[in-house]
Amino acid sequence: MSDTQPILEVENLCTTFTRGGVALPAVRDVSFNVGKGEVLGLVGESGSGKSVTLRSILGLSRRYGDVTGSVKWMGQDIAQMPERKLRHIRGRDIAMIFQEPMTSLNPLLTVGMQLTETLKAHTDLNRAARRDRAIEMLDHVGIPAAASRLEEYPHQFSGGMRQRVMIAIALAANPKLLLADEPTTALDVTIQAQILDLILSLADELSMGVILVTHDLGVVAQTCNKAAVMYAGRIVEQGDVRQVLRAPRHPYTVGLMRSVPQNVPPRSQLYTVPGTPPSLEALPQGCAFAPRCQSRTDSCMATRPPLESIAQGRSVACFNPVTDAQGAAA
Amino acid sequence: MASIQYILKRLLLMIPTFFLVMIIIFLLVRFLPGDPAIAIAGDRASDADLEAIRERLGLNQPMLVQFWLFVTNTLQGDLGRSILLRAPVIDVIFDRLPTTIFLTLYAVTLSLLIAGPLAFVAALNRNKWPDAVIRTVFQVGLSMPVFYIGLILLTFLAAQLRWFPVGGYGDTFVERLHHMFLPSVTVALYTSAIIMRNLRSAIIEVLDAEYVQFARAKGLPDRLVLGRHVLRNALISTVTLLGLSIGNLMSGTLVTETVFAVPGVGRLMLEAIFARDYPLIQGLTLTFAVLVSVVFLLTDLFQSTLDPRMRLT
Repeated sequence: MSDTQPILEVENLCTTFTRGGVALPAVRDVSFNVGKGEVLGLVGESGSGKSVTLRSILGLSRRYGDVTGSVKWMGQDIAQMPERKLRHIRGRDIAMIFQEPMTSLNPLLTVGMQLTETLKAHTDLNRAARRDRAIEMLDHVGIPAAASRLEEYPHQFSGGMRQRVMIAIALAANPKLLLADEPTTALDVTIQAQILDLILSLADELSMGVILVTHDLGVVAQTCNKAAVMYAGRIVEQGDVRQVLRAPRHPYTVGLMRSVPQNVPPRSQLYTVPGTPPSLEALPQGCAFAPRCQSRTDSCMATRPPLESIAQGRSVACFNPVTDAQGAAA
Repeated sequence: MASIQYILKRLLLMIPTFFLVMIIIFLLVRFLPGDPAIAIAGDRASDADLEAIRERLGLNQPMLVQFWLFVTNTLQGDLGRSILLRAPVIDVIFDRLPTTIFLTLYAVTLSLLIAGPLAFVAALNRNKWPDAVIRTVFQVGLSMPVFYIGLILLTFLAAQLRWFPVGGYGDTFVERLHHMFLPSVTVALYTSAIIMRNLRSAIIEVLDAEYVQFARAKGLPDRLVLGRHVLRNALISTVTLLGLSIGNLMSGTLVTETVFAVPGVGRLMLEAIFARDYPLIQGLTLTFAVLVSVVFLLTDLFQSTLDPRMRLT
């Protein structure tokens, strides 16, 4: 699957916000590919730049900050494309769903309106056909009595149902890539699995690529083909999901893996990665993770390790990568 | 949307409000220094004349009886006779009221036309030069008294350039639009400054909302993102503000109507106060109370049409 020509190629993507005269490098030199029907998991703590990466791909970050690098969609660079042209790619080729179903739907417009306006923007369907398609989509994402709910407003839906509505809106125009920004974080645990299953089965059915932003490694293990771990705005490790999770090379990935409680006795203290992520205003000169890293050396503090390929499709940014033995011991 | 039931309920709730307003008006007039009889008949009236007037107005009756008469008369549409104009108060008010309502609606429309687009320009260019210019100009507008702006406009546009009439009301609708333009602009400059400030910050807040980001991510054209998703949401708080400032708007017409010699209830109120025309003051105060209540109801109804979460029951 991943051998085919990628549909999305992100290269050296950098997004910088300026707050009060101080430059905040939210995303730095992020590069990755997504192939047709491929699911890429983008993992990291809050504030590591995952959401900003997604928004920068779609050009939503430009009005808030500076975006450089290239984002190639089907070979065409869309990073600097003017809004007028870019809007024909948004929603039609690349769609996005957001984290908060409570705030991501317009409270003043009916669900039907919010669904059909996407169709109106991207298709030639007439009014009746748009309505039929809207009902079909709501039905498809598992909303009962879809036809009768078109005239309802978002506040009349539960959180899980709103997330389904958002998915229906995003997929209405048959996109080839879905950017999913922590789509299950705001939902009940029981609903989370349903929504994930829904996204993945739809992706499979429509052979749609997915970039799934999450901080849940369990989700990545179950659902993704590829994984990229982000820390302080940079990708520190990426590769095939089984390799990254089974044999992590970056100490941060190891730390993340250990933070997932597995077979721990009740009332025992849970593992956490010591320290906190650095502030974007004061990133260390060397490796951003070095101050929290147990295997750091002097060179880690002085220079930043580049993201280097260590195997086919697998790369890590670390001077002292974890070996299999160490990883297993951890 | 609001149900008929809700509107009826709100109208019923106005009854205690008006009762309270009537008590206040009644007491205010009774406890004002000076004798209404003297005010009517003048300082040099004889005791017998004064007594006759008091008898006629029922001022010799016990307070409660007087209040009862005031309430029952008012409910029957009898607000007494204006001392100044020698005509029934109710007729005088109904004669002048349409002018003021026309002026107010005209001013509100102009305010929205001025403030709406400029608020968008300011919000979309936040902290850049267009924003700074717009905000500075409106700040100046806010800090100048209404009558002063009115006088400047009158001097330049009406007296010198003769683009607009100096006073009067006009007969046809188009004539009225022309005649009332300067008074309306005068009132609108102040209200539009308030609306602009509020709408600008509302738009800025809504622009960053997740549903607006989602609307952009859907690939909607800018026109729809701004018009359908941003404006509607930003308008909610602005409509509330506009409704609540109807009192200010009304007192604004008081000054404006006087400056531009517009025959509305605002100028009438000022004349009534100077002439100590108590029946007329009472009638006008009650009229203002009714107008404000109706505007509040309309504001709530409009809001509930805009926002489905505000279902009024």
